[in-house]
Amino acid sequence: MKRVSLALSAMLAVTPALAAESSDPIKLTLHDWSGQLITTKLMGEILKEAGYNVEYVQADYIAQFAGLKTGDLHVAMEIWETTGREAMDEAFATGNVVNLGETGLQAIEEWWYPAYMKERCPGLPNWEALKDCAEEFSTPETAPFGRYLGGPVTWGGFDEERVEALGLDFEVVHAGTDAALFAELEAAYQRQDPIILWVYAPHWAPAKYDGEFVEFPPFSPECYADPSVGVNPDAAYDCGKPRGPIWKVSWAGVGDKWPGAKKAIENFDLSNADYGAMVTEVDLNGKSVEDTVAAWMADNKDTWSGWIAK
Amino acid sequence: MIARAARSGWLFWGSLFAATWLLSTYSFQLYKALDARWIVRYPKAWEMPLEDHISAFLDWLVESAGFYFFSFRDLTRAISALIEAPYQVLRNLLVEGFSSGVGDAAVQIAPALSWIAVIVTIMAIGHYARDWFLSVLVGACFLYLAVFGQWESAMVTLASVLISVPIGVVGGLFLGILAYRVSWFERMLRPVLDLMQTVPVFAYLVPILILFGFGPVAALVATVIYAMPPMVRITIVALNSVPTEVIEAGRMAGCRNRQMMWKVLVPSAVPTLMVGVNQVIMLTLNMVIIASMIGAGGLGFDVLSSLRRLDIGGGIEAGLGIVVMAIALDRASQAFAERSARHPLDGNLLQRHPWSGTVFLVIASTLILGQFVPAVQTYPDTLTITTGPFWSNTMEWINVNFFDTFEAIKTVILQWLLLPVKKFFAGIPWAWGIIATALIAWRVGGWKIGLLAALLMTFIAASGLWPKAMVTIYLCGVSVLIATIIGIPLGIWAAESPRAGRVILGLMDTLQTLPSFVYLIPVVMLFRVGDFSAMIAVILYALAPAVRYAAHGLKEVPPPLIEAGLMSGCTKRQLLWRIKLPLATPHLFLGLNQTIMLALSMLVITALVGTRDLGQEVYIALTKANAGQGIVAGLSVAFIAIITDRIINALAAGQRERLGV
Repeated sequence: MKRVSLALSAMLAVTPALAAESSDPIKLTLHDWSGQLITTKLMGEILKEAGYNVEYVQADYIAQFAGLKTGDLHVAMEIWETTGREAMDEAFATGNVVNLGETGLQAIEEWWYPAYMKERCPGLPNWEALKDCAEEFSTPETAPFGRYLGGPVTWGGFDEERVEALGLDFEVVHAGTDAALFAELEAAYQRQDPIILWVYAPHWAPAKYDGEFVEFPPFSPECYADPSVGVNPDAAYDCGKPRGPIWKVSWAGVGDKWPGAKKAIENFDLSNADYGAMVTEVDLNGKSVEDTVAAWMADNKDTWSGWIAK
Repeated sequence: MIARAARSGWLFWGSLFAATWLLSTYSFQLYKALDARWIVRYPKAWEMPLEDHISAFLDWLVESAGFYFFSFRDLTRAISALIEAPYQVLRNLLVEGFSSGVGDAAVQIAPALSWIAVIVTIMAIGHYARDWFLSVLVGACFLYLAVFGQWESAMVTLASVLISVPIGVVGGLFLGILAYRVSWFERMLRPVLDLMQTVPVFAYLVPILILFGFGPVAALVATVIYAMPPMVRITIVALNSVPTEVIEAGRMAGCRNRQMMWKVLVPSAVPTLMVGVNQVIMLTLNMVIIASMIGAGGLGFDVLSSLRRLDIGGGIEAGLGIVVMAIALDRASQAFAERSARHPLDGNLLQRHPWSGTVFLVIASTLILGQFVPAVQTYPDTLTITTGPFWSNTMEWINVNFFDTFEAIKTVILQWLLLPVKKFFAGIPWAWGIIATALIAWRVGGWKIGLLAALLMTFIAASGLWPKAMVTIYLCGVSVLIATIIGIPLGIWAAESPRAGRVILGLMDTLQTLPSFVYLIPVVMLFRVGDFSAMIAVILYALAPAVRYAAHGLKEVPPPLIEAGLMSGCTKRQLLWRIKLPLATPHLFLGLNQTIMLALSMLVITALVGTRDLGQEVYIALTKANAGQGIVAGLSVAFIAIITDRIINALAAGQRERLGV
């Protein structure tokens, strides 16, 4: 089926590659989470509609920066403010990688608990409730402390510091990957067992499981930097985690080689709601990424044709 | 007096253990009493800035190193292009089809081989190599891939296997021949091979990506580095064990050096060389998951992405896809090795080459028919089946009903085994750790190995990785202990009863080729993130060699000795304990050695569930693209492996001497 449509589009290719621009394929990187596959394939298909040649390359989230610097890879569609800041700054400093602006998606990362925990710990989602019911979240290894399952150490997040600063009786245990993180959530949810862990959005987990983010005192840069700011006058990190945009990043040469494509990528703008709906289609309803992307493009033709118009 | 004490084994081991235990338990008090923090923590000021040096060296290598006309990177990129060309052809042949032009302007010239054509081809190869039984077996393996909807991914994986296995085999063969001929080259190669096998792949992924570019080729290069060493080693062993009579005969027939190698030595070494081929295939398929992380795609990617959305069934199906592919390729290559020359058939062209003819006809007819009936070209989606819901439901059922039981078992093992051992190793002051390792190595293998152990352990301490190295040793130590306790009885059972043996060894093959990621996630669901889950995963992976070498060792006991035992009236139990097991100890040591190696190589994977060992250090380095950090941590893992390897080899050699075999 795919082959047939490919052949058809080859025959109907009335929009030849824009004359002034290179006909080399633009290489977009793919990682291993569905949301990123969706944004990337969406961008890629739109660029194809505009007459560009597109190639998808599998690459590691952080390791890809080495390729973006040399021009082996061209576009990365999802660099999260929350996890990619360090790598981005390092890459921008070389001058070989540039920021193409926000995707429109907002990343949230915070402590999260399933809804059934509200009965056992009534004050939630206010963080102060955790002070009294830490033991509800304990396991044999951590008792009497509560067990908070954090993300991989590489994600940072300052959870040990947060626990100290806010005086929470929790022990931070780090999962090695997010697959492990959500495997534990799935297992605990099946048993309706206590769990509190690092969840991020946009992601399929908050859509699949009924639950909420803990409400910590809101993040501010001062709260992280200055101990005197915040609830605890003697410690930094006495607030929630920062939220931030998801960025589009590219090799610096993209603008010279495919100026039109660069504009189209800069124009790309997707809402959390649309993204969440597509991720749910793929991860929970078992649709393929390609079909989901095609469906969105059929429904939103005006939106994306605006991106490639100028 | 001292000499006698040193000779008396019990006294030496007893006092060494006692000293270590005392120091481990009281190191903290010692530090407080003497106010010498360096006892428990390696001082920051003494650390070598090796990481930075390595990173700087790699930067230089990538950015400015050059020969007269071209840079180092041009060289690696040229190699990369050289590998990419045949790989792309295979991909076109198996997956994408041939077309001219790029992107939307592409016009398809010919489609990829249809699924029917591929299955018929592989069945033909199976029949050509041995018989109908093999033909049906490999055909069924590939049919599995089609029926479970994994055809396209599987063909991507097959394309990369078909490139990296020949490179690994031929490259390994040539290096092995060179080492056989030139003795200083062999001496130089040996430590390099040790490192290639023991440095975790994650450690050198970043430099490879930079040098060979992003995409499938970098993954192929990493795969070859990982899979080639056994081929080199086995080539050296195989050539050395060609009987002198054969060489004499060759010489008498007036062979020159080159003829001697290719007409006499290599052909008579083929049976042993095929063991190497088998290892290359297995290791290549082991790498499928890691390769997919850096751009190989295929079945490995399916496993990863299924598990990231907790589709356990999807992960198992794709993982089993890798297993069946390993089985098909392995059985076919083994059959080729054992295949005896047959008489050429008479008749016309088609009658003389029945299989080539059939394959050609099938390819041609499916090519034409496929244009009109899509199901001939691509296996129809509607006919694929999936067992996904079954696995998810089973998992949920186990989780809901048995979690508490598991939790109780886990708590007991944690409390009585894992935590005390961890505390013991973590408490050992680094300086004593170095001395103790050196003493053990010296005692078992002589002063050279003792010195080597001391140097390597000092490297680990000086890199500031001592605490993580201790966690590594503790986790691997406990896992190897349990794997041995389970594995050796299983191996004995497999050797004593052929029927049980087939089942057990088949299971072990599956465990080894099934990507560990597949069972890692269910293990985490049942045992939560932590050391215990890591331990279970390591045991599952490292069990195979313990079983296999035990079974092999028992079967290798010379029959006359068993006869002698029977004659002198041994019962079955006595036969096992008094004759078979003692004689099999060298094999058991080899099995132990391999178990430890596999356990160490599994560490990087266990870092994915959150252990705090050297594997985690390597993984952190990878995610931060810090080449220097990765290589230093990788070397530390390799050094632990090398020290244990030398010690166990020395033990095995001593045992062999004592037994006179």
